[in-house]
Amino acid sequence: MNTLLEVSGVSVTFDGFRAINNLSFQIGEVELRAVIGPNGAGKTTFMDIITGKTRPDEGRVIWGEKSVSLLGLSEAKIAQAGIGRKFQKPTVFEDQTVHENLLMALQNKRGWLHVIFYRTTTDDLQKVEDLAVEIGLHHDLSRKAGELSHGQKQWLEIGMLLAQEPRLLLVDEPAAGMTPQEREHTTDLLVHAAKTRAVVVVEHDMEFVRRLNCKVTVLHEGSALAEGSLDHVTSNQDVIDVYLGR
Amino acid sequence: MVRLFLAGLAILCACLTANAQEVGLQPILQEHQEIIAKSSRKTIKPAIDAIASSGLPQAQVMLETWAAKNMWMRKSDGLFFAGQKGEGRSYELTDFDTGEIVGTFEKSELKQLKPNSGIRAMIGTALVQFQLTDPNRAKRLAALQSIQRDPESALLEPLRASIGDEPDVELKAQKRRLERLLTIGFDEDTTARVAAIEEVSGDLGVDVRAALNPLVVTSRHAALELPTDLNVAVILEAGSEALTSDEAYDLLVAGNLAPPRVSAVDIRVALSTNIVGGSVGDIPVAQLSSDAMRERAYAALAEAGLVPALFTDADIDAAVNAHVFFETYGEPSAEVTEAAEKTLEQIELKVGLNQTLDLTLDAISLASIYFLAAIGLAITFGVMGVINMAHGEFIMMGAYTGYVVQQFIPDHTLSIIVAIPMAFAVTFAMGVAMERLVIRWLYARPLETLLATFGISIALQQLAKNIFGTQARPLTAPGWLDGAWVLNDVVAISYIRIAIFVLAMIFLGLFLYIMKRTRLGLEMRAVTQNPRMAGSMGINPGRVNMLTFGLGSGIAGIAGVAIGLFAKVTSDLGNDYIVQSFMTVVVGGVGNIWGALAGAGMIGFLQKGIEWMNPSNTLAAQTYMIIFIIIFIQFRPRGIIALRGRAAGD
Amino acid sequence: MERSFIAKNPSVLVFLAILSLFTLSVTILSEGFGVGVISTSFVKTLGKTLCLCLIAVAMDLVWGFTGILSLGHFAFFGLGGYMIGMWLMYERTRLIVVDSLAQAEIPPTSAEVVDAIATQVFGVVGSSEFPLIWAFSHSLTLQLILIVLVPGLLALIFGWLAFRSRVTGVYLSILTQAMTLALALYLFQNDSGLRGNNGLSGLQNLPGVTTSQDVVSIWFLWASALALGLGYMLAAWIVSGKFGSVIRGIRDNEARVRFLGYSVEVYKLAVFTLTACIAAIAGALYYPQAGIINPEEMAPIASIYLAVWVAIGGRGRLYGAVIGAAFVSLLSTWFTGGQAPDISLGFYTIKWVDWWQVLLGVTFVLVTLFAPQGIGGLFDLWTDRRHPDRHGANLGPDDGALREKEAME
Repeated sequence: MNTLLEVSGVSVTFDGFRAINNLSFQIGEVELRAVIGPNGAGKTTFMDIITGKTRPDEGRVIWGEKSVSLLGLSEAKIAQAGIGRKFQKPTVFEDQTVHENLLMALQNKRGWLHVIFYRTTTDDLQKVEDLAVEIGLHHDLSRKAGELSHGQKQWLEIGMLLAQEPRLLLVDEPAAGMTPQEREHTTDLLVHAAKTRAVVVVEHDMEFVRRLNCKVTVLHEGSALAEGSLDHVTSNQDVIDVYLGR
Repeated sequence: MVRLFLAGLAILCACLTANAQEVGLQPILQEHQEIIAKSSRKTIKPAIDAIASSGLPQAQVMLETWAAKNMWMRKSDGLFFAGQKGEGRSYELTDFDTGEIVGTFEKSELKQLKPNSGIRAMIGTALVQFQLTDPNRAKRLAALQSIQRDPESALLEPLRASIGDEPDVELKAQKRRLERLLTIGFDEDTTARVAAIEEVSGDLGVDVRAALNPLVVTSRHAALELPTDLNVAVILEAGSEALTSDEAYDLLVAGNLAPPRVSAVDIRVALSTNIVGGSVGDIPVAQLSSDAMRERAYAALAEAGLVPALFTDADIDAAVNAHVFFETYGEPSAEVTEAAEKTLEQIELKVGLNQTLDLTLDAISLASIYFLAAIGLAITFGVMGVINMAHGEFIMMGAYTGYVVQQFIPDHTLSIIVAIPMAFAVTFAMGVAMERLVIRWLYARPLETLLATFGISIALQQLAKNIFGTQARPLTAPGWLDGAWVLNDVVAISYIRIAIFVLAMIFLGLFLYIMKRTRLGLEMRAVTQNPRMAGSMGINPGRVNMLTFGLGSGIAGIAGVAIGLFAKVTSDLGNDYIVQSFMTVVVGGVGNIWGALAGAGMIGFLQKGIEWMNPSNTLAAQTYMIIFIIIFIQFRPRGIIALRGRAAGD
Repeated sequence: MERSFIAKNPSVLVFLAILSLFTLSVTILSEGFGVGVISTSFVKTLGKTLCLCLIAVAMDLVWGFTGILSLGHFAFFGLGGYMIGMWLMYERTRLIVVDSLAQAEIPPTSAEVVDAIATQVFGVVGSSEFPLIWAFSHSLTLQLILIVLVPGLLALIFGWLAFRSRVTGVYLSILTQAMTLALALYLFQNDSGLRGNNGLSGLQNLPGVTTSQDVVSIWFLWASALALGLGYMLAAWIVSGKFGSVIRGIRDNEARVRFLGYSVEVYKLAVFTLTACIAAIAGALYYPQAGIINPEEMAPIASIYLAVWVAIGGRGRLYGAVIGAAFVSLLSTWFTGGQAPDISLGFYTIKWVDWWQVLLGVTFVLVTLFAPQGIGGLFDLWTDRRHPDRHGANLGPDDGALREKEAME
């Protein structure tokens, strides 16, 4: 299995506080990975670094077959390279319809001239339709995203991510604030998505991680503490000390 | 009659002995009787010189009398007397030498001497030597000042002579200094002049430079060969940057060394005066709409001998090449000019240093004005993040409060003391009202806050216009703030600017005290950093926001009083400060009083620096400053002193 | 696409119909072409108002849709006016100069003509030479190109600097305001090359046109209406498509758009520059009707008024911007022109010339507080659209995001 993303020796300091400390991380092209860790372990900063929001003080972030360094690329360029990110809070464009939201996210050319002269093709409409079905919002295509329930917004955002057709999906606490049924649907979505691409899920909820049934990386104080199956890491003494055994 | 006789005798004596000192003034006057009576500026000089150099004590009175048009000549014998109007048309005459009254005469028997202004000036110069030793100090001082205004070579000797006996220490020093300056300009001995020049080296006085500068004035000349008898400053190369070919040729024309150019206008005039039957030099008039055709027609005219020939570029070059061009000093002595150049250079260096100091003081004072205008904003915008476009109007209201207070309290010192708390109270109340009524509904909406406060701003401006009218209202500073603190001839700073600087520093201290040492400051910081958390700690965020905003507005009001003291108080006073104030806060770094200070310092120094480079144009200075700020923000988007982390609003 | 665009936006058709009807009725009622009910000066006022509506559309595009509160668009408006003014002034002076030089015995050379024009134009600022920036003023074509090129370029450079360093929100507003101030101050200088505070004048006289102002004013009314119609359609087309979707996304949540892979800076720059060009065209049509342009027109306050119009009309909807600009500017003309009747309170008489600004300021505060959807909100009452109940939350985290009251279900 080829490595899609390789993060090595990355460190970030905020006002003297080391948020990420010599972190290394790898993920393959088709893989589902859960990242867990206590509050302040650096989970969100880790995502910020990969998506270009935060520049690390040192270390490398290498992407894809051509081993492109992601450091120094803008957020938009990184997104175009094939990394999608879902925020902790559902962030969709609330003033726009579900259809518009999905259409905007659809994998197309992102240049402003292309966009201004963009015409909706039947192909694109079909894709939007399919995605809506997948995330369970096909009845709500013409509704404004702001009117959706919390869970629906989460799905819409996942749908938008899928529309981007990213090769790597970063998902930040997707299950927060969801009902059990909604969680189940979310799990299915993620597992299904991970069949064709790499998905990294940052999550707090052990039950949710267990259901994902994948390899787990435990972050602590900005570095990877342990890695392996959930059972493997939960039996690790270090992990128990810092996280589970609290 | 006896007197007449005696006078006649006196003349005789004077002629015989040629010793005026024993005899008195009248013989000297009689010697020059003709030219004195003629009263012409061109010829009078020997008479005045003779009187002045007679050394007679009565000469001073006589000259003063003359200058005051009170000297009369008796027609019968041509003798001169001081005259005083008696009864009717008669005049009482007094002898200059004896001081005795000679008698009373009818006006018809006398001739009044009316020296014109030119002669009076010469008399004045002659009088100076008497005045320099006058027992009255004020007169001596006046004499010195008159020499300063109008230095002359003739004054050098009397001035020197008067130094030794000068009893007043201060005047003695002044006389010495003036003597040095006159020596530089007028002494006949070159070594003495050089010595005097070297002595004043490094003196910053304007008078020193005024004495030295004429020595190094140069003028440009052209000649076939370099003259040897002139004090040549520099030889110029025609066609260089210092002297373009055109200028060189102009010099030749001015020196009658070459014929003047024929300009395009000359050609046109020549052509239009030589139109014969609709054409000039066989070229139809209608075709003369290009320079080439005109030159052809002109050449044809020149060939016919009707106009001087056109001087071509090649001719000009040849003429320029055939001559040398140089600059000469007006001063003939090379030693003196050299010493003067050297000394001036040293003085310029020192003046430059002092100007830098002066500029620095100016910049500090401008910076304190900006700081004063911006400090309220540093609280409302910097700390609270509320953008208040009406901030300028609070400044304006403060200034108008000062004006109103002065209408009731005529004493300026007292009225300012009353106006400052009044202005604070008025704008504090206004700020609190604004915060309660408008701003608190818009805390999460900075752009809307901007627009809403702008609405308040235009309403307040128009209200002020309706109440106080459009003309500027005076806010007069107390008398003790008039004048300036003068360090030397270059460096001076007005007291009002010092006062503003002090006020700015007081505000800085006050701000730091409130923020760091008081309960209000603590709550303020808590509320701005995390209003929810602050609320759950028992702080009432609404109350704190209200007070903070009121405090910022109140300080703007006090700044208004200070600004009103030197600026015109009009309804759009605030407009002049609002953009600069925002720039100050933004450039300095939001949320930090030191940032506002640094921002004000940078903008003040920058503006003064640009003004110094282009002194004629303060508008351009502001333009370039804003462009600089826009570019500056590229490199430090968060300002000079940037907060990091959560407080910066990431 | 075009058909579906109109089909999707019936309001555009309505707008165009109203605009045509308006233009037609003014023409019929004018002195130049019709019965003469409307005076020529009022025709000019209406023509100018159409230009103001056009710049309001541009402002709505950049603020209402993209969330950039630019306080600099009147600078571009003024620059456009200066660009056309340069040609108008040059050409008109040239005709006069050629006429007077024709009286001379010898026909003038071209250099003499240019010198004479320069003396005429710049005598007032004590110069008699054309500055470099007038290099193209002899050519209408080049100067017409400059109308969009100069403001466009300025907007491009400024925007690039500002957006590149991610200056957003009020900071950007202050920065654009500073830019406007710098430009106005620069133009106030006599050696700016644009006649300092005298500005350019006599612009109402079209060179070589001998027709009376009655007719010329109608020509300009038509041109302004055409420009407004085209500008409105362009803006409507832009905001209706995916581009509109992206820029509204930028308004409400810039970071999210970035993570979708759109380079926000480029989009902002495109909108900023495009609207600057629209503003410049509006200015180029406005100032020949006003007859004079001077740096005073470009003072920062003018751009804030522009924001006021759009806000009162209702931002985020194009017809709102047009209504706001037309309503407020015409009302302002009415009040400040002394036509509004004074109100006597017995002890004090309210003269509207003095109190209009106060009224406007207070109204504006009230609109911002209580009716952020502006006059456009009245249409919502009519079409029975309601605001979503978002418990006071805005539609996005950004400074320019829509407010609860502005959003519609």
